[in-house]
Amino acid sequence: MTQAMTQPATAEQDLAIEVKGMHKWYGDFHVLKDINLNVKRRERIIICGPSGCGKSTLIRCLNRLEVHQRGEIWIDGIELNDDLKHIEKIRRDIGMVFQQFNLFPHLTVMENCCLAPIWVLKKPRREAEETAMHYLERVKIPDQADKYPGQLSGGQQQRVAIARSLCMNPNIMLFDEPTSALDPEMIKEVLDVMVDLANEGMTMLCVTHEMGFAKTVADRVIFMDSGEIIEENDPESFFSNPQSDRTKLFLSQIL
Amino acid sequence: MGALFFFALFDLHMATVEHPQKTAWWNNAHNRALLFQVLLAIGVSLFFAFIANNTIHNLQQRGISTGFAFLKQKAGFGIIQHLIPYTENDTYGRTFIVGLLNTILVSALGIICATILGFIIGVARLSSNWLVSKLAGIYIETFRNLPLLLQIFFWYFAVLQALPSPRNSLHIGEKFFLNIRGVYLPSPIFQQGFGWVAGAFILAILATIILKRWAGKRQEETGEQFPVFWTATGLILLLPMVAYFATGRPLSWEYPVLKGFNFQGGITIIPELAALLIALSVYTASLIAEIVRSGILSVSHGQTEAAAALGLRPGKILRLVIIPQAMRVIIPQMTSQYLNLVKNSSLATAIGYPDLVSVFAGTTLNQTGQAIEVIAMTMAVYLTISLTISFFMNWYNARSQLRER
Repeated sequence: MTQAMTQPATAEQDLAIEVKGMHKWYGDFHVLKDINLNVKRRERIIICGPSGCGKSTLIRCLNRLEVHQRGEIWIDGIELNDDLKHIEKIRRDIGMVFQQFNLFPHLTVMENCCLAPIWVLKKPRREAEETAMHYLERVKIPDQADKYPGQLSGGQQQRVAIARSLCMNPNIMLFDEPTSALDPEMIKEVLDVMVDLANEGMTMLCVTHEMGFAKTVADRVIFMDSGEIIEENDPESFFSNPQSDRTKLFLSQIL
Repeated sequence: MGALFFFALFDLHMATVEHPQKTAWWNNAHNRALLFQVLLAIGVSLFFAFIANNTIHNLQQRGISTGFAFLKQKAGFGIIQHLIPYTENDTYGRTFIVGLLNTILVSALGIICATILGFIIGVARLSSNWLVSKLAGIYIETFRNLPLLLQIFFWYFAVLQALPSPRNSLHIGEKFFLNIRGVYLPSPIFQQGFGWVAGAFILAILATIILKRWAGKRQEETGEQFPVFWTATGLILLLPMVAYFATGRPLSWEYPVLKGFNFQGGITIIPELAALLIALSVYTASLIAEIVRSGILSVSHGQTEAAAALGLRPGKILRLVIIPQAMRVIIPQMTSQYLNLVKNSSLATAIGYPDLVSVFAGTTLNQTGQAIEVIAMTMAVYLTISLTISFFMNWYNARSQLRER
C-alpha cells in the first residue's frame, strides 16, 4: 500500500481526481457503468442528467459515502479503498454540500462550523472559531453565528453548510444538488457563494440542474444517463452543439 | 363537553346572524360558558359531599375511629427484609417506613439495571452483526409480550425456587452462595485506617474532575486531545489500591457460614427481592431498548453522512452528533417507563416481597382496618415518587430540547 502511496497512479501531478473503469451495483441494479473521469486541479465540473442516472451516486463514491465495487478512484494521489486511513485522509481533503443541508440541529451555526476542525484537525477552539468566522463572513452570514439551524431560512442553512465544509480547508468541493431543496428566491444567494468559490480556484464537482450556473462557471459539463457518462464537453459546445440524441432530448426538456 | 362547546358556538352564530340587535343573556357565548362552569362546580361539590357524608356515616355505624393514632400502636408482625432496624415490637408507623424503603430500594435498583440493560439491547438491536441484532430482537419480543406478573412468577417459582437447599448451595470459592433461601455475599468489615482508602478514592474522583476540566481547557487552547477516560480509570483504581496496601490492608470480609439449616453472617439478598428485581429490570429493559432504538433511528441518516463527510470517525459521530439528538426523543418516553417500573414494583405482593403495598397497604391495613388513612398514605407515596421523577425528567428534557424559531 505504501508502495502505491509513494508512486501515485496519477502520473500527472495536477490531477485532483482520477476515476478508472469504476462500476457500482445496488444488488442486481448496475448503477454506475465503467466510469472514467479525470479532474484537474482548479477545474470546475458540472454533472447533469435525468433523475436516477447515477450522478449523485458518482460523487458520493468519491468520498466513500457509497462504496464502488470495481475500478479505481484516486484522490490527490491517494487510492480510495478499504484502508480506513486512506478514507480518513480523503474525507479531510474533500468537502461536501448536500441537497438537504444536513446541518446539526442541536448545535449553533458556529458550533456546526467548529465541530470537525476541533475533533478532526485538533485545532484550538479559538483558532477554529476564527476560521469559522472568516468563512461565515465569506458566505455573508456572520451575524447568524449564534443561532441554531432551525432558526435560519433554507438559503442561509445551505450557506452555513458550505462554510462548514470550507472550515476543513478542503482541496476539492462536491455539491450534490445544492439548490434543489430551496425556494426560488433563495437559489441565487447560494449560487452567488458558489460562483465566488469557483472564481477563487476551488476544484469543484457539482451535480445541478442550474444550467445558468453551468454556463457561467463550468470548465466542463458532463452528461450522464443510465449510469454512463454519455457526453462531456465545454459548456459552450455542450449547450449549443450536443452530440448525442439523449443529450439533445435532455436539454430540450430542461431548457 | 365538546357537544356543549359546539352548541355554544352554534348559538353564537345564530345570535349574530339572525338576531343581531337583541341577544337573550343565555344566548351570549360568554354567559353560557360561565353558566356551565357553575353547574359543573355545583355538581362536583354535591358528589363529594355525598361521598364524605356516606363515609362518615358508615364509619360511625361500625364504630371505627378515624385519624392517624394507629401509627403509634404496636404492629406485632415480622418483616423479612428491613433496611432499618425493625422487630415485631415496633409500631405501625415504622412498618410504613420499612415498606417505603423496600419499595424505593427495588425501584432504584430496577431503574439503574433496566436503563443499562435497555441501552445495551437497544444499540445491539441496531447492530450490523446479524446474530447480535437477532438475539436482541428475540429478547425484546419475548419479554415485552409476556405479562409482568407471569414473569415475576417465572423468576420466583421456576428459577429461584428450583435452586438447591442451603446444604447443597451453589458457591464460588466458599465465599458467594446461591440457594433456595437467596443469595449470600461476604460483607465488608472496615478496620482502622480504611478512612485513608476512602479518602484516596474521593481524591481520585476530585483529580478526575480537575483532569477533565484541564483537558477541556487544553483542547480549547491548543487543540490537543487527552485520553481522559483511561487516565481517570487508572487514577480511580490505582490511588485507593496504593492507599489500601500502604495502610496495611485495613479491610476484611465477613463470610456467610452454614450453621444448622441456614447461613449466618454476610449480606443476604432474599429471593423475593432477587426475583422482583430481575423481572422488573428485564421487562422494563425490553421496553427501554425499543425506545433507544427508535430514538437513534429518529436521527436522519443525512446527519451521519454529513459528519462522515467532514472526516469524523464513527465513534465520534455517535457521541457528538447522533446521541445528543436521539436523547430528546428518548427522554420523555423514558420517564413513563421509570414511572411504570415504580408502580409495577407493587406486584411484589404476589410473591411476598415486603414492599409498601404488601406490608403497609396489606398487613397493616388488615390488622388495623384503617382503610382510608392507609390507602391515602400509600397513594400519596406513589404520587410523590412519580411526580418527583417526572419533575427531574422534565427538567432534563427542557435542557436537551432543540431550539427553533
